[in-house]
Amino acid sequence: MARRTRRASRANDDEIDSPLTGWALFLPAALFLGVFTYYPAVATFFQSLFSDPKGGRAARFIGLDNYRAMLDDATFVHALVNNLWFALGTIPVSIALAIVMALLVNRALPGRALVRMSYFAPTVLAMVAVANIWLLIYAPQIGLLNAVVERLGGTPHNWLGQPDTALGGVIVVTIWKEAGFFMIFYLAALQSMPPNLAEAAALEGASRWHYFWKVTFPLLMPTTLFVMVNAVVNAFRMVDHILVMTKGGPDDASTLLLYYIYETAFRYWDTSYAAAMSMVLLAILGVVAIGQFLILDRRTHYR
Amino acid sequence: MKVGADNRWQRGLETLAAWLLALVWAAPLLYCAWTSLHHPGDVARMDLSAPLTVHNYAYVFNAAPFPRYFLNTFILVTMVIVAQFTLSTLAGYAFARFRFPGRNVMFVLVLLQLMIMPDVLIVENYRTLNTMGLTDTILAIAMPYFGSAFGIFLMRQTFKSVPKELDDAARIEGAGTLRTLVSVYVPLAKPVYLAYGLVSVSYHWNNFLWPLIVTNSVTARPLTVGLQIFSSGDQGIAWPILTAATLLSAGPLLVAFLLFQRQFVQSFLRAGIR
Repeated sequence: MARRTRRASRANDDEIDSPLTGWALFLPAALFLGVFTYYPAVATFFQSLFSDPKGGRAARFIGLDNYRAMLDDATFVHALVNNLWFALGTIPVSIALAIVMALLVNRALPGRALVRMSYFAPTVLAMVAVANIWLLIYAPQIGLLNAVVERLGGTPHNWLGQPDTALGGVIVVTIWKEAGFFMIFYLAALQSMPPNLAEAAALEGASRWHYFWKVTFPLLMPTTLFVMVNAVVNAFRMVDHILVMTKGGPDDASTLLLYYIYETAFRYWDTSYAAAMSMVLLAILGVVAIGQFLILDRRTHYR
Repeated sequence: MKVGADNRWQRGLETLAAWLLALVWAAPLLYCAWTSLHHPGDVARMDLSAPLTVHNYAYVFNAAPFPRYFLNTFILVTMVIVAQFTLSTLAGYAFARFRFPGRNVMFVLVLLQLMIMPDVLIVENYRTLNTMGLTDTILAIAMPYFGSAFGIFLMRQTFKSVPKELDDAARIEGAGTLRTLVSVYVPLAKPVYLAYGLVSVSYHWNNFLWPLIVTNSVTARPLTVGLQIFSSGDQGIAWPILTAATLLSAGPLLVAFLLFQRQFVQSFLRAGIR
């Protein structure tokens, strides 16, 4: 036993063997993580199995009733389906745009700094500010969008007020905010690529289009996977714009999972049901985490 | 010869595309700025030649609680940064240099927070803060973010790259653990603190849902929540006022971004690639 410890400590001289100091240094952070991450995660689960105390009645164990109720809850189903469409609508488009932006900016270009700034600026803004800006763009009377549509001969439309365009409206807003953020990761990846690769391809007469699909895009794959995980998490975490722009409406057309949880918990004060839905949300994020783990694992094999 | 000409054509087209996309991307922000600088009547008529005015900005700034919201946001961001820097530095040092029982399990638990974020635990965290009697305070907005997995991980990686000999030397000179940490490790991690700081400030400057839930009075609400008073008027939205307020609230961050563009981009990169 003693020999094993000695060998272990020799193998890693960079570490100090002092359990007390180690724990003392970690303790303050551990305390806050415990109270505001681990405890609430566990408490949410238990909360979801008990009814809310009402009037004089104490909370009682209801098992999986809340989870069963979700299946019959049209709004919950809407929120879940909307969230999937929201993810499907935002992620591929913002990633494609981010790659295009990075490629456009990653070369000599008059006014490059200005162009790059235009792409990146929405990233710095609060989602609430972004939502306000787009509220103006979509506004029926004075909105920029309707002005453009009318000039092109189309008929003006109440973009956020109609069920058929409300979700699409918030998807566009999200893409506008996220594409520039993802761009910087692609820009960094492009700049770390060996330039002689492109020169060699040009000498061999490969078209730029061909070169992109055969060389650049595969080399960007790790970045794409990383960005994708980020985008999926954001798709289930960001609801500020829903609150400002549509409040989930009209007729649940643009409600998302976290927004419905917020409404259930803080407007209808049905915390038990909100807790059960939070567990669904945590499960989705957990699946993403496992996916990320597997993907990152595979990535190391490629290298 | 022909290849060269083709190339020039293609380059020209790409430049054009870059500029067109930049224009489309900037349009919402520019239209917002234009609206904020005009009288309501001119905005409604979309009169491009109408005279400019800063009246809307003056109005917003004098609208009673707005400066207070600025102050609240400033306090909030400072509070979060100080707590996150302190806790992450201590814990990062523990994970980088100390062997203690349960360390590996604890580290996995810490990383778990990257997925189970406070943002989705709103129901229980509200209950906790309510029990503590802290709702409707700036502290309540900040506290769930004090323990930051991202910060701990970042500091651990940074401190691991510090040569152990520097640590030893400080200790031989009689420095204790905290003194070694502050005099050896912290100065070497300055760029990382800057990156972490920029990311954290922009996150908490912009955070909305949680502050909205946990506060309900002027003395605690940050800018993002305060902004809503301008978009929820009874007699329709006053666009010039709302846009002016929106740009004012984003102003400090936008100016900081213009000044430190490179650092911002570097920080976001560093924060993303973990």
